Amino acid sequence: MTIMENPAGYITADGRKIGGTLMDLRNITLRFGGVTAIKDISFDIREGEIRAIIGPNGAGKSSMLNVISGFYVPQEGEVWFRGQRRGQMRPYQVARLGIARTFQNIALFDGMSVLDNIMTGRLTMMKSNLLQQAVWRGAAEREETAHREKVEKIIDFLEIQNIRKTPVGRLPYGLKKRVELARALAAEPNLLLLDEPMAGMNVEEKEDMSRFILDVNDEFGTTIALIEHDMGVVMDLSDRVVVMDYGRKIGDGTPDEVRNNQAVIDAYLGVAHD
Amino acid sequence: MQINAQPEAGLRSIPALIARNAATYAGRPAYREKEFGIWQSWTWAEAQREIRDLALGFLALGLKRGDHVAVVGRNRPAHYWSIIAAQMCGAIPVPLYQDAVAVEMAYVLGHSGARFVVCGDQEQVDKIIEAEEADTSVEQIIYTDRRGMRKYDHTRMNWLSDVQAEGRAAHQRLDAELDARIAELDYDSTCVMLYTSGTTGKPKGVVLSNRNIIETARNSSAFDGLKPNEDVLAYLPMAWVGDFIFSIGQACWTGFCVNCPESPDTMMTDLREIGPTYFFAPPRVFEGQLTSVMIRMEDAGRFKKWLFDHYMALARRIGPALLDGQPVGALDRLRYKLGKLFVYGPLKNTLGFSRIRVGYTAGEAIGPEIFDFYRSLGINLKQLYGQTEASVFITQQPDGQVQSDTVGVPTPGVEVRIADNGEVFYRSPGTFVEYYKNAESTASTKDPQGWVATGDAGFFEESTGHLRIIDRVKDVGRMADGTMFAPKYVENKLKFYPNILEAVVIGNDRDYCTALINIDLTAVGNWAERNNIAYASYQELAGHPQVYETIRAHVEEVNASVARDPLLSGCQVRRFLVLHKELDADDGEMTRTRKIKRGVIGEKYADLIAALYDGKDSIYTETEVTYEDGRKGRLKATVRIEDARVFTPAGSAKDPTPLHKVAAE
Repeated sequence: MTIMENPAGYITADGRKIGGTLMDLRNITLRFGGVTAIKDISFDIREGEIRAIIGPNGAGKSSMLNVISGFYVPQEGEVWFRGQRRGQMRPYQVARLGIARTFQNIALFDGMSVLDNIMTGRLTMMKSNLLQQAVWRGAAEREETAHREKVEKIIDFLEIQNIRKTPVGRLPYGLKKRVELARALAAEPNLLLLDEPMAGMNVEEKEDMSRFILDVNDEFGTTIALIEHDMGVVMDLSDRVVVMDYGRKIGDGTPDEVRNNQAVIDAYLGVAHD
Repeated sequence: MQINAQPEAGLRSIPALIARNAATYAGRPAYREKEFGIWQSWTWAEAQREIRDLALGFLALGLKRGDHVAVVGRNRPAHYWSIIAAQMCGAIPVPLYQDAVAVEMAYVLGHSGARFVVCGDQEQVDKIIEAEEADTSVEQIIYTDRRGMRKYDHTRMNWLSDVQAEGRAAHQRLDAELDARIAELDYDSTCVMLYTSGTTGKPKGVVLSNRNIIETARNSSAFDGLKPNEDVLAYLPMAWVGDFIFSIGQACWTGFCVNCPESPDTMMTDLREIGPTYFFAPPRVFEGQLTSVMIRMEDAGRFKKWLFDHYMALARRIGPALLDGQPVGALDRLRYKLGKLFVYGPLKNTLGFSRIRVGYTAGEAIGPEIFDFYRSLGINLKQLYGQTEASVFITQQPDGQVQSDTVGVPTPGVEVRIADNGEVFYRSPGTFVEYYKNAESTASTKDPQGWVATGDAGFFEESTGHLRIIDRVKDVGRMADGTMFAPKYVENKLKFYPNILEAVVIGNDRDYCTALINIDLTAVGNWAERNNIAYASYQELAGHPQVYETIRAHVEEVNASVARDPLLSGCQVRRFLVLHKELDADDGEMTRTRKIKRGVIGEKYADLIAALYDGKDSIYTETEVTYEDGRKGRLKATVRIEDARVFTPAGSAKDPTPLHKVAAE
């Protein structure tokens, strides 16, 4: 596990440069009443990498993602983001820090068009006030044009031009997932969190989504942390993988290292208890 | 129409036309492309600069005279520019079909010996790289969309914009060279090389000269009075000769604007936004639009539906006459105006056809009711007949003389001759130079006098002087009494009915014609559902008496229409049966592109065909079928055979007599 110990970052097998630590999670413990969801977990996310969190059902993956996003505040441990210790935060503060996410069970505005949904991703960056927006002259108009331009680039990037004006409620599942990714991208995040981006997709949709995730990372240099069940996808996509089981970290490393880790094999294949 | 024997001074190449347009129409839009949700546009002056920069960039990369430059990608201004830039450098553009697989591309790249390839995106680049394993001569790859291209080996790969930037930077060094090369272009230089898809054997590279393209563009533009303010939507494959003529030949000749859709999926929205004035589409596009209109009308409220039905009935009655400038009563005119306000106008707007002055369809037969639907709305939809070897145009329908079953009169400058066996020959300024590296095929297609065999059989209608294509020559036969037998002509008429999926008409060397018919399970199944008719299988539905009743009605209507044609009235279907299974490519009965294989069907269903001619009412048969997983099974069925009414040929006033009555007498 030499690559992980180099603070300056490392070079991946396909030649991408991974930078220093973007987020550092130190000895995180999260409890809900008497249930310990996460037990003393530490790992880091490097700038520019695709970091996966895997584990069997109930391992605490989604809780972990919620800790990363700042939605849950752990009882013990520290979250360091860009060299600063993070305390309790409101959602908009998280967004302003440059963290965006998608949800396991899509959370879009069904009645709104794809375009409007993606525009909401840029809300935190809009500066004109309510009155200006209502009148829609001068600054507000210029601002919307600028934001729209960014959003159009994302629409082009994710190849959803043909559904630009379609209400999200009318879209099939796979496309909704893509729209959600578009909205997260609209926030121009430094850290993109994807909660099971391929859940419920067929093979073709999975391939499309994988390509988009890789392209996002490649094109925008976005750091990505994702939870995923599909092992094939995880191993192909990610640079490093954290494996969780029953709230504890049982493995951490490159896909190859994790694949050969006995604790991981036991967690996935089961092991005889004596 | 005046046809100049000589080209206008100096306008002997596409780059020369671009230069003229940049001078004459400097501020007019030349290209538009929807990108990032907005229509971006380039004037002729801007386009000329873009093309020139690209050409300079090509020179900087070492493009030589006579090199071939393959262009593969969707319709985008940059790809049209690549074609013209290659011409400027004295190279020969070769547009390729973007959905071709790597193997097909390898063949064409190898055959043309292309040194430069312009690719639309990563997908195409990947295919070229894969094709290169088959030893092609590709040296430079230029791509338009840089997405996903970062990790590729860029030693011989460039982004198109970078090539342009390099051209701009090097212009002082290369301007003279480029101007010299442009000046060398004349009427006999190759304008483009297009590969025909070719149903048999390997694709052939059709070499078209500047003379071919420019003369054809000029004649056909004059025929329809195309003006610099036309808008076309460029959405058909760039490798297809039609797109080349419309989006490069005619656009550069006339100076009109070429609009490129945002992506293939947004074509319909883009069509609506642009509202082209000059539009081409194969019949399936018109068919698809009509179907979607009809489906949406089914879901509309009762009042709207009534309004639609009422005014569409009116349109069907007088719309085509109005379009053709025939006399129509004042009251009807007024009612049609109301219809335009309430129905036709909004409908045309929804379809994106509000501004169409000239619309064309070609490629295959179009159903008369589809054709009439559009014409009745006041859309000037016409048909043309052409092929790659003719630079498209052989015949086209003049305004005001449009029928669904002819393809019009020879385009100005084109001579058409019908051989004794019915085959159509033509000679025109657009006639291709040669098949690239294939003198043998060139010689067998084009005779020394320049006449080209089309492979299609047809004849000129005496009453109108319009050409009518009936079938491929090799399929046309003679019946026992010597009259012409053109199966596809009748089959097409049958297949226009939604209930009929496929039809095979038999009659070569026979006394009369018969037909094997496949019902369309979707359409007939839908009908059965609505009428509470239960069925367990395709076979059962196909044999249902009411289905037979419906099919017989269709056959008889077709007979009535065939009878109106003195030459082909012998092709009326006297007996038919509905096949107990669908014709299937897996069983070898059709090609993968759904063309029926007459030979196979003739052998496989020999017992059924025999029964069609020996007067039996029904026959028991067993047929081998191949399931999708490759297993074989046998299908047993008793197939009924029914008679259909035939009609006496046009001109005779006698009542139509049912065949079985004739037989009984």
